[in-house]
Amino acid sequence: MATDRAPAVSPPGIPRWLQPLLPPLTALLIAAVVGDLLILTFGQSPREVFRLLIEGTWGNAYGLGQVLYKATTLICTGLAVALGIRAGMFNIGAEGQLALGGFAAAAIGLLLPAGTPALVAIPVCVAAACAGGSAGAAVPGVLKARFGASEVIVTIMMNFIIAALLNWAVATQLNVAESLHTPEIHAGAVPRLAAVSALFSGSAANFTILFALGAAVFTGWWLFRTRAGYELRAAGLQPDAAEYGGIRVGSVWLRTMLLSGALAGLGGVNYVLGYKQYYEEGFAAGAGYLGIAVALVGRNHPAGVVISALLFATLSQGALAVNALVPKQMVDVLTAIVIIAVATAVPEVERLLRAVRGKTA
Amino acid sequence: MSVIAFLIQTLRIATPYLFAASGGVLSERSGIIALTLEGWMLTGAFCAALGSFYSGSPWVGLLCGAGGGVLVAALHALASIRYRADQVVVGIAINLLAVGATRFFLRLAFDSSSNSPRVPGFDWFSAEGGASQQSASVFVSLANPLVVIGLISLPLVWWILNRTPFGLRLRAAGEKPEAVASVGVSVARVRWLAVLLAGVFAGLGGTYLALEQHQFTDSMTAGRGFIALAAVIFGNWEPRRVAVACLLFAAAETFQIRLQGLQLIPSQFVEMIPYLLTIVAVAGIVGRTRQPSALGRVAD
Repeated sequence: MATDRAPAVSPPGIPRWLQPLLPPLTALLIAAVVGDLLILTFGQSPREVFRLLIEGTWGNAYGLGQVLYKATTLICTGLAVALGIRAGMFNIGAEGQLALGGFAAAAIGLLLPAGTPALVAIPVCVAAACAGGSAGAAVPGVLKARFGASEVIVTIMMNFIIAALLNWAVATQLNVAESLHTPEIHAGAVPRLAAVSALFSGSAANFTILFALGAAVFTGWWLFRTRAGYELRAAGLQPDAAEYGGIRVGSVWLRTMLLSGALAGLGGVNYVLGYKQYYEEGFAAGAGYLGIAVALVGRNHPAGVVISALLFATLSQGALAVNALVPKQMVDVLTAIVIIAVATAVPEVERLLRAVRGKTA
Repeated sequence: MSVIAFLIQTLRIATPYLFAASGGVLSERSGIIALTLEGWMLTGAFCAALGSFYSGSPWVGLLCGAGGGVLVAALHALASIRYRADQVVVGIAINLLAVGATRFFLRLAFDSSSNSPRVPGFDWFSAEGGASQQSASVFVSLANPLVVIGLISLPLVWWILNRTPFGLRLRAAGEKPEAVASVGVSVARVRWLAVLLAGVFAGLGGTYLALEQHQFTDSMTAGRGFIALAAVIFGNWEPRRVAVACLLFAAAETFQIRLQGLQLIPSQFVEMIPYLLTIVAVAGIVGRTRQPSALGRVAD
């Protein structure tokens, strides 16, 4: 019905490179308008607020470092979600997997003796984080592969189960009195970027960002240059056809889920090894759910994920910068608007593009 | 006596679940995934507190709470029905939106980042007076119109689904939308109505929370929408079984609160019960559940 509708606008010949960028750009435009309205309800000038937002993020060393720090976690969770979607699965469990990864890194870091050289300790702790994330994703992965259980439902439920489990572990097993965090690790700390360059002084940005970028490169290579990646994408596009073509879709799903969990778990390294040196309850703070937005705006492509992680990190850090003028929660509203706008704009804009192509062809 | 106290406490805990799960059943049986129950409830709670505060009447609060639920439900319907957006994505986004927007407007309306001022609720009997405490609490609980509406909400949903023409269309829209379209009924319209009605129920669930606690507090739904969703799934999308699931989850919670002093099982493990049961149910390890077959599917 609606697909036959004549397009409201018929731009003649949109450049090919621009077409995949149109939906996210449309969405950002909508979000900017909503943002203006919210700022106006608070009686502030949108221009002033946006100026402060940019100044407080990319305009100074601390702000820039904080953006990079926040982007690091988001790259990891964004990649985790994107990889799942490429295989036709919705990993909503990145939030729990991230927390579990961070906890695993902190727990292993505590087990290592104090003098362990960084070259040994860091890889061990990073591996622990990935394994922790994978463990959290294994439950939905196995249940999906074996019983066809909806990964959406299972990952949501797992988020709550993991939260309760970690709450119990930190409250009764591994806590520092009067706090919600584990003791500091003895070895495995990842150095801060500020240690090598004054450009980031004072910020939490650390070398985990290199792991995150490495993970993005790895994900791109895995997805588009390996046989496993081909099978993954085939299973995502058309599982029945993939199965008919000799791909064991169930095991592709399980493998993807484990890898996705490992990527989300890697994000835990950023906070635990790179920033605080301990696991603290609630450190994930929605970064797992935000990964969905990151993946969506990044069109599930590793390069897109990195860019959109920077965008959302800027918004999140910028929120603190403008808090004096408008409540920082405005950014949560804007993030949600971006997600809804992308989710609606993608099918809508693609339909319009198809209609345009149909006319010119 | 303590049995009655236990039952009453269970009922009070179950009320928001019963409301939200009613909305969940309506929405999901029509084919629209109800990940947003949490966000609908939270918005309902905020609007109820707002309405009750400014009018001084809990009844106005009740209407506002239902209206708040409908408002976000309409946004959900617009994105996922009219614009065929992915329902899971929109659901997550709306939950995020509800948390952010209620905080934003909390600052705007009450200049607070944590809670609203005290708002009037439905307390017709005061629970004071030592000896009559127990019997008074019975009255206090049962004299709350929201507890009564909550109790009949799932039976009402059962009646709508199984005894009305609209219910038949709603179920068909969730199972085989093509069949609905083939007899000239608009699937989109049926789903719109189902989602808006679901918004009313979930909004009332939030209203109950805000009015019972006499204020709105930041993120006060605290995952109750997801427990309700778990109850919908565990109850196999059947109103009667969903009601049992809600009461069961609430009873487990009551049990944990009452036994807190004894430290038999860590409270975190009791918290996991609804989620674990749901996972077991969807995996089909014991008695497989079956979701509406067109759930989450776009229909033209």
